[in-house]
Amino acid sequence: MSPLKIKKGSTSHSAYDLRPSYSDTVERHTLAVLVENEPGVLARVIGLFAGRGYNIESLTVAEVDHQGHRSRITIVTTGTPQIIIQIKAQLGRIIDVHKVNDLTVEGPSVERELGLFKVAGKGEHRVEALRLADIFRANVVDSTLESFVFEITGTPEKIDAFADLMRPLGLQEVARTGVAALSRGAI
Amino acid sequence: MSKTMTGAKMVVQALIDQGVDVVFGYPGGAVLPIYDELFQQNHIKHVLVRHEQGAVHAAEGYARSTGKPGVALVTSGPGATNAVTGLTDALMDSIPIIVLTGQVPTFMIGSDAFQEADTVGITRPCTKHNWLVKDTEKLSATMHEAFHIALSGRPGPVLIDIPKDVQFATGTYTEARQVETHYNPQVKGDLDMITELVKAMETAKRPVFYTGGGVINSGPAASQLLRELVAATGFPITSTLMGLGAYPASGEAWLGMLGMHGLYEANMAMHDCDLMINIGARFDDRITGRIDAFSPRSKKAHIDIDASSINKVVHADFPILGDVGHVLEDLLNVWKARGRKTNAEGLSKWWDQIKEWRKVDCLKFKQEGKIIKPQYALQRLEELTKKYDRYICTEVGQHQMWAAQYLGFEDPNRWMTSGGLGTMGYGFPASIGVQMAHPDALVINVAGEASWLMNMQELGTAMQYRLPVKQFILNNERLGMVRQWQELLHGERYSSSWSESLPDFVKLAEAFGAKGILCSDPDTLDDAIMEMLTYNGPVLFDCLVEKHENCFPMIPSGKPHNEMLLGDASTKDAIQAGGAVLV
Repeated sequence: MSPLKIKKGSTSHSAYDLRPSYSDTVERHTLAVLVENEPGVLARVIGLFAGRGYNIESLTVAEVDHQGHRSRITIVTTGTPQIIIQIKAQLGRIIDVHKVNDLTVEGPSVERELGLFKVAGKGEHRVEALRLADIFRANVVDSTLESFVFEITGTPEKIDAFADLMRPLGLQEVARTGVAALSRGAI
Repeated sequence: MSKTMTGAKMVVQALIDQGVDVVFGYPGGAVLPIYDELFQQNHIKHVLVRHEQGAVHAAEGYARSTGKPGVALVTSGPGATNAVTGLTDALMDSIPIIVLTGQVPTFMIGSDAFQEADTVGITRPCTKHNWLVKDTEKLSATMHEAFHIALSGRPGPVLIDIPKDVQFATGTYTEARQVETHYNPQVKGDLDMITELVKAMETAKRPVFYTGGGVINSGPAASQLLRELVAATGFPITSTLMGLGAYPASGEAWLGMLGMHGLYEANMAMHDCDLMINIGARFDDRITGRIDAFSPRSKKAHIDIDASSINKVVHADFPILGDVGHVLEDLLNVWKARGRKTNAEGLSKWWDQIKEWRKVDCLKFKQEGKIIKPQYALQRLEELTKKYDRYICTEVGQHQMWAAQYLGFEDPNRWMTSGGLGTMGYGFPASIGVQMAHPDALVINVAGEASWLMNMQELGTAMQYRLPVKQFILNNERLGMVRQWQELLHGERYSSSWSESLPDFVKLAEAFGAKGILCSDPDTLDDAIMEMLTYNGPVLFDCLVEKHENCFPMIPSGKPHNEMLLGDASTKDAIQAGGAVLV
C-alpha cells in the first residue's frame, strides 16, 4: 500500500490553536475545600496535588464543625486558568469533599495568616525590633533579656514584609500557619 | 429489626443483600473469618483464582459483561498489593468493582506485622474511594456505601480494608436502605446547553458522533437511545476502543473505531468535521494524536458524567455534565420538539466525502502463501462466530487492535479490553469472569502469546470451574507492538522484544487437562476454529501467524489525524524525534 497523499496546507504546521479562551498566565488562587473529617482525607487532597503535578503554595486545615465532622482546607495554589479549573474539578471528584469554593473568583474575600517570629538581639537591634513590631501590630508572646517571640497576623504579604525587616535584626526562627480565608459579606 | 452478627458474617450478608452471586478471590490469614462464612452459605459462589491479579481482572470481566459490580476478595499484604494492577485498570476504564482486603488486627496496624501493608495508602490513588474499617458497627454501612459509590456517577473501583479483629467482633447489621450518603452526582444535563447543541446539530454540514465507554457504562438504555439518535439524524458515528458495541458494527452510519489504530474514514471524519459530538469519551491521547492539530475546524460538544473530564485536554464549546442516558433522552426530545431538523444538503455531501474515504479500504490485506496473517485469522474468527451472541476479551498489543478492527460488535457489554491502562495479562482472567456471568455463552479471549503468559496460571481456574473459555492466541513469537515501534522509531533494533523459550501451548493445555489446538496453515484454519468452538471446555488455540506483520492504519506519535500511515511502504522515519518521546 502506498502512503496517502496529504493535501496541501494540511501539514502539522497548519494546526489551529484549540485553546484560544485560555491564557498561559499563571494565576494564584485561594480555594476553600469543605471536607468530611475522615481519616486520610488530607492525604487524598495532597495526593491529588502531588500525583497530578499541581502546586501547593500554602495549605491549612482544621475541623470547623465538630458536630458535623467537617474540616475546612484552605489551599493556595498557582496555575494557568485551565489548570485551576482542573484542580477544582479534580477536588470535586473526591468522595469526602463536600464543596469547593474558589475565593479568588467568587467575589472579594479576606485572607489572614498567623506568624510567630523568634528574634534575638541586644541593644539598638532589640529596641528597633520592638518598635517595628509595634508598627506591624505584632504582639510579644514570649520574652527573655536577649530575645522576643512576636505573634503577627495579616495577609501573607504583610508577614513577608515583617520577616524581611526582622532578618537584619536577629531573626532566628519563623513559624507560619498558612492562609485561612473567607469570602466577604453574608453568604 | 436489628440483627447482631460478626463482621465476617456482615460482609457476606451485605454481599447477598447487594445481589452479588459470584466472588473472585484467594484466601489468606487475614480473611479466614470471611472465608469461613462463605463456606457456610449457598447464595454466593466463590471462584478460587490462582493469583490475586486474576481475581480483580475476573471481577472486571464480570462487571463489564453484566453492568453489575464485580467483587474480589483477597488477603492482607501481598494479596492486596497483587490487586493494585487490577484496581488501576478498573479506575482508568471506569469499571465498578468492589475489592475486599483482609488486614492485620487493628491493634497490630503500624507494627510491621506479618503480611501487613498500608493497603488504603497504597490503593488511595488507584481507587475511586477506599476505607479502612476499624469498627464492626460501621462495617455493613460501609459495604453498602461502597456499592453505591462504585456504581454512581463515573463508575470505578472501591476497596474496603477489614482488619481481622473487626471480622471476628460482633455488631449490629445495617440494612442498605438505612445508609445515608451525600454522594449523589448530577445525572441530568443542563437543558439550555442541550438546546444549544441541538441548534448546532440542525445546521451542521459535517457532524460526527464520537462515542466512548461512557455510553456502555450508562447502561443498555443509553445504547438504545444512541441508536435512535443516529438513525433519526443520519449523522456518521465512530467510537473509541472502550465504546465498541454501543452502536452496532453492522449499522449504516458506522465508521469503525477511531484513534491511533482507528479506521481511515473515522479519523478523517474526526479531522474534517464541523461539529463533533463527544458522548461519554474523554479525548484520550490515543484518540487525539497531536492535540493542537486535533480536528481544527470543528465545534465540540462533550457529554460526560465527570466534570474533570470536560475541558481537561480539549476545549468544549458545548459542555454538558450528566449521565449519557439522561442527556441523550433530553437531546432526542428537544431535537424532535424543534422539528427534527438536519442540514440535509450538507449531510449528503458529507456522506459522499466519507464514501470516498471508505474506498481507501484501509483494512485490506492479502492472505498469500502458507503463513497465516493475523488479520486473516481474525477475519475467519469473525465469520465463524458472528452468528453467536459472543463475548470477546483481549490482552494488550497488536492482537487487541486487530480484534477491534476486524471483529464486529453488535451489542454493548460484549467487548472486554484493557483500554486506559493497557494491562497485558488482562484478557484471560477477564474471560473467566465473563464466563462465570454467562455460563452458556461463547467467550473468546483474543490474545498474543506474550500477554497470555502473564496470567497463564488461571488455566487452573478455568479447569476447576469447567469454564469453556476459548483462548485464541495469535502467536508471532514477538512482543508485536513493541517490535513494531522498534521498527518504526528505534532503527529496527529489536531490544528484548522476542518471545524466547515459549512453551508448547498444546502440551501446556494438556498439562492442565484442557484442550490444545495448533494451527499454522491458512487452509486448515477454519476447521481448527470450528474444532475450538465445538469443544466443550477450555481451549488453548495456538495460531502461528506472520511474525513481522505491523498493525495499520497508524497515526504516528506527534502527528494529526490526517497524517495516518496506511501500510508498510514509507513508514521508515515516519515518526520524528518529537514523536519518539511519546508512547
